[in-house]
Amino acid sequence: MFESLSNRLQDTFDRLGRSGTLNEKDVDAAMREVRMALLEADVSLPIVKDFVKRVKERAVGAEVAKALKPGQMVVKIVHEELIETLGEPGRLNFSGSTKPHVIMLVGLQGSGKTTTAAKLALHLRKEGRQPFMIAADTYRPAAVDQLVTLAKQIGVPYYEEGVSAKPEDIAVRGLKAAKESDAAVVIIDTAGRLQIDDQLMTELEEIKRRTEPAEVLLVADSMTGQEAVNIADGFNKRVGITGLILTKVDGDARGGAAISMRAVTGVPIKYLGTGEKINADSLELFHPDRLADRILGMGDVLTLIEKAEEAFDEAEALKLQKKMMENNFTLQDFLDQLQKMKKMGSITQIMKMVPGMGKIIDQIDEEEIDRRMKRVEAIINSMTPYEREHPKVLNASRKRRIANGSGVEVRDVNDVLKQFREMQKMMKQLRKGRLKIPGLPSIPGLN
Amino acid sequence: MSIFRSGLAKTRQSFFGRISQILGNTEIDDEIWDDIEAILLQADLGVETTQRVIDDLKNRVRKQGLTSAEQLNTALRESLQDLMQRPPVLNISGRPLSVILVVGVNGSGKTTSIAKLAHRLKLAGRNVLIAAGDTFRAAAIEQLQTWGERVDVPVIAGQPGSDPAAVVYDATEAAKARGHDVLIIDTAGRLHTNYNLMEELAKIKKVSQKIVPDAPHEVLLVLDGTTGQNALQQAQKFREMVDVTGVIVTKLDSTAKGGMVFAVFNDLNLPIHYIGLGEGVNDLVDFQPEIFIKSLFEEN
Ligand SMILES: Nc1nc2c(ncn2[C@@H]2O[C@H](COP(=O)(O)OP(=O)(O)OP(=O)(O)O)[C@@H](O)[C@H]2O)c(=O)[nH]1
Ligand SMILES: Nc1nc2c(ncn2[C@@H]2O[C@H](COP(=O)(O)OP(=O)(O)OP(=O)(O)O)[C@@H](O)[C@H]2O)c(=O)[nH]1
Ligand SMILES: [Mg+2]
Ligand SMILES: [Mg+2]
Repeated sequence: MFESLSNRLQDTFDRLGRSGTLNEKDVDAAMREVRMALLEADVSLPIVKDFVKRVKERAVGAEVAKALKPGQMVVKIVHEELIETLGEPGRLNFSGSTKPHVIMLVGLQGSGKTTTAAKLALHLRKEGRQPFMIAADTYRPAAVDQLVTLAKQIGVPYYEEGVSAKPEDIAVRGLKAAKESDAAVVIIDTAGRLQIDDQLMTELEEIKRRTEPAEVLLVADSMTGQEAVNIADGFNKRVGITGLILTKVDGDARGGAAISMRAVTGVPIKYLGTGEKINADSLELFHPDRLADRILGMGDVLTLIEKAEEAFDEAEALKLQKKMMENNFTLQDFLDQLQKMKKMGSITQIMKMVPGMGKIIDQIDEEEIDRRMKRVEAIINSMTPYEREHPKVLNASRKRRIANGSGVEVRDVNDVLKQFREMQKMMKQLRKGRLKIPGLPSIPGLN
Repeated sequence: MSIFRSGLAKTRQSFFGRISQILGNTEIDDEIWDDIEAILLQADLGVETTQRVIDDLKNRVRKQGLTSAEQLNTALRESLQDLMQRPPVLNISGRPLSVILVVGVNGSGKTTSIAKLAHRLKLAGRNVLIAAGDTFRAAAIEQLQTWGERVDVPVIAGQPGSDPAAVVYDATEAAKARGHDVLIIDTAGRLHTNYNLMEELAKIKKVSQKIVPDAPHEVLLVLDGTTGQNALQQAQKFREMVDVTGVIVTKLDSTAKGGMVFAVFNDLNLPIHYIGLGEGVNDLVDFQPEIFIKSLFEEN
């Protein structure tokens, strides 16, 4: 349903042909597409209008770079402008000597505040700071239980008074308890509320006044639609926010709300929530370029490359490349690669970042792939080092031994060998430059 | 109507009033079209549906020779009404035990909506049981149990972290044995992009069929009213996996308009049954197209 902006513009400019500079008529045609793309990505209309105006000013008369087609040039400008609008990622403010530093989380109902409070606590502890959580939501049924369960789960100290007191009083007493326990950072979880709820917004103002937070972070759902501007503006005007956290980014929403909220408040985006589990991977730093790609539907190529780079040590990659060139890629190398791929995260996660793969991924059974990968690993592990380097020696009896050792059938061993041979074939093609995966150092195809 | 209004207690001046002002009751110009487009887009109807409404409206203007603002108002309302119908009644009568499965992405309002729905059904004389099928989220069970006490409806729950399908099996069996006539199943929030969790949902659905073969009789998807165009992807994926039969749209007491449901209704054929207008037990109201459409044009 969503076409990427590059595709849309391709059509527009294919009709126009090539020219040295972008003229007003061409740009106008392109801006219609840009406008649609942004609206489809849920960027709020007033922000879209503003953005399109800025891009147009920059684009008209711009030289089309030698290497680019006019459409690509426009995408480049849009992309750059988008990155600029999204702004630099913000770091948490730990300046000032008053301890502990208070972080207050605010936002609409169900946006992910309580979950994010726990993720943030975990993250801060990893950074070597002593976190502390306060349960100041006395409205939602079992909100206190939820925070306490999460705090216990990650072993972070907390303060709660059930639902018998006023949130602002709980926050103040919690802060005192935190000081006594030598906490460095205090995270206050507040109840979800609408920015038009005057009474509850007054409550937030009161909590803020009495706990003097260093950070008031608006926790917002990345799936939010056009109202993003009103929500962010409403919270900012009443309580004054210092940063944004976008949650549920692990879904497939384009995330245009990020632009709207950032543009209307001017505060930086600090983190992205990327999972419902509380762990090191489910709270990510924000990268403007990646979010820009996502909003424009260009795929998260950079993340993919980066993850691949992390897992593949460069020297090792070179060695591997050499082996491939010399055509002595062995089963041992195959196993090493499988293990490295596991370090990169789940297959579907990786594939999701490849442009255009979104649709295909939905048809992939992650568990099945995982099962198969594990089986391959087990089988290769049951081979002797010699066998791994010289698969040709694998006769029927050796195969039986391997099958028994790894708890599979001989048929499965044959499958792995077949797969391995196919991979060797693919590598040959890669060598000849017929098959190319951009940015990726030699990752074997799993089929 | 009155609940809807108070839930939307933020009305100043209706869009229709504004149109008349702009037009001064004369001609229909480009500006008015831009204005209509802006309002539809900002109500989250999406680019495609908005274009569809505008094309249809332009057609009406031409065919019927409309000239005044008054006429345009009526025509716009008709265009929108053509894209939205009243839902059928829930298919939960005429058998000893009817099962309603409730699904949706994280934090959309499933648990709260279930409490409200249970309350409504109870007031209508039904004997309701709730199954705590969310064993994953911290304190999800306690949340549902608290609601159960509040609306005085029993809740069958298992241990946190246990297999949700097992809980649903037990609850379905209990509902049958104890003579309840409606079972509502709460499930953990899950993003439609998470294949494993979506499969788990299919499993939960199947398990209830072991006891009530034609269950579930309704599969309600809970959409957050503040969601934008992603609602469509959600509806599509959940429908593929568990044959969603209808939709509840929550949080329409916010400033959001929920216009994405036009596409959900038209492109995916899913009726909208209820809308959520707050966090209290009485804040779930019947979806009424005319009122919903009117609310699109109310200023915040
Ligand atoms: N997939 C995914 N789910 C998330 C993420 N963050 C939060 N959630 C889920 O979203 C739902 C709501 O999260 P909560 O932390 O309860 O939200 P909240 O803002 O505290 O809600 P209220 O207190 O009711 O306003 C839960 O099911 C969470 O597990 C995320 O980054 N990804
Ligand atoms: N303002 C408003 N808030 C609502 C409405 N419906 C639900 N909420 C709030 O939204 C938040 C999330 O609601 P839940 O019922 O816990 O959502 P859920 O879908 O069960 O969440 P998970 O189980 O974590 O996926 C809570 O704070 C609810 O009080 C509504 O119609 N209006
Ligand atoms: Mg909370
Ligand atoms: Mg729930």
